[in-house]
Amino acid sequence: MDNNSNSIKDIHFDVLKEIGNIGAGNAATSLSKLMNRKIDMTLPLVRILELNEVAASLGGEENIVAGIYFQMDGDLNGFIMFLLDIESSKNLTNILMGREDSTQELDEMDKSALQEVGNILSGAYISSLSSLTHLNIKISVPSLCIDMAGAILSVPAIYFSQISDKILLINTELCEGDKQVNANFLLIPDFDSFKTLMKSLGVSL
Amino acid sequence: MKKMIKVGMAEFKTAKTPDVLTTLGLGSCIGICLYDKQAKIAGLAHIMLPSSTQIKNNSNKAKFADTAIKMLLSDIIDLGAARRKIVAKIAGGAQMFAFSNNANDLMKIGFRNAEATKSILQECRIPILSEDTGGNYGRTIEFDPSNGDLLIKTIGHGVKTI
Repeated sequence: MDNNSNSIKDIHFDVLKEIGNIGAGNAATSLSKLMNRKIDMTLPLVRILELNEVAASLGGEENIVAGIYFQMDGDLNGFIMFLLDIESSKNLTNILMGREDSTQELDEMDKSALQEVGNILSGAYISSLSSLTHLNIKISVPSLCIDMAGAILSVPAIYFSQISDKILLINTELCEGDKQVNANFLLIPDFDSFKTLMKSLGVSL
Repeated sequence: MKKMIKVGMAEFKTAKTPDVLTTLGLGSCIGICLYDKQAKIAGLAHIMLPSSTQIKNNSNKAKFADTAIKMLLSDIIDLGAARRKIVAKIAGGAQMFAFSNNANDLMKIGFRNAEATKSILQECRIPILSEDTGGNYGRTIEFDPSNGDLLIKTIGHGVKTI
């Protein structure tokens, strides 16, 4: 991390980590309620990575992944992104639609279901963030992109690189029976919103 | 022995034939290849943002089109490229996510990166021989200094050489 006075310090990452833990827990609970089934969730693994390491953690820059992107506005501006590899995406849509489709192709129905799940998960995440901080946060409709991990990650990487050379990635595994979904989550406030977020939690910059 | 030299995000590297430069999964970033075909010397930069003058967190010079191009240029000249023979090929600058409300500047970052790259190359009097920018898909690129070919691979949008 550079010595720039505007850079993120360890304490700020700790705060973001804690928000990640709480938000991911709430997201899994709402998914479980929606499907009226027990969904197990591993303790979220929150990591701070160098920009160059993020793609590697998702199976390499050329690995095909699904990215679901939401814009945040209101008291916080920035965005939220879910990243799932193709196998996890398919497992997730199979859980949601209560079916067994063993192909690894994502059809229009799958894509639509992924955006909807993304909506539910990010909505739950944002509402927990909102009640924790007493900030008014709104999110946009989802936008889905299925492409190389490196290309999808360039969007959050570019955004985050304006604050820091490191990126915060929350990884969690959801399980329903033998179906496993490995989900990655990125919360990226813009620089002013980052200050607002820290201030609302009583952390000075 | 031919080596494949990998250039990561916000990095730049140089190569001499028979080595090949590559960068994987370019999205809104731009891959900028500068080379001297006669000397068979090339450099590849993977930039993320248009300009180092617009943001505070600018210590990594390889991240910005303006600073990366200038540093890469001086590095390939040091390696033996002739300044007046240096030409460029560029790829990337996609818009990965679509929104109906495109007011957010970030959403146009791919386009802004491409525009900034072109204007800086023009400022440095480096001709752009070919480019493959824009679209809404990722690109993996490979540059071969032996013949100046830039190979572009995509998911679902074919493979081409420019």
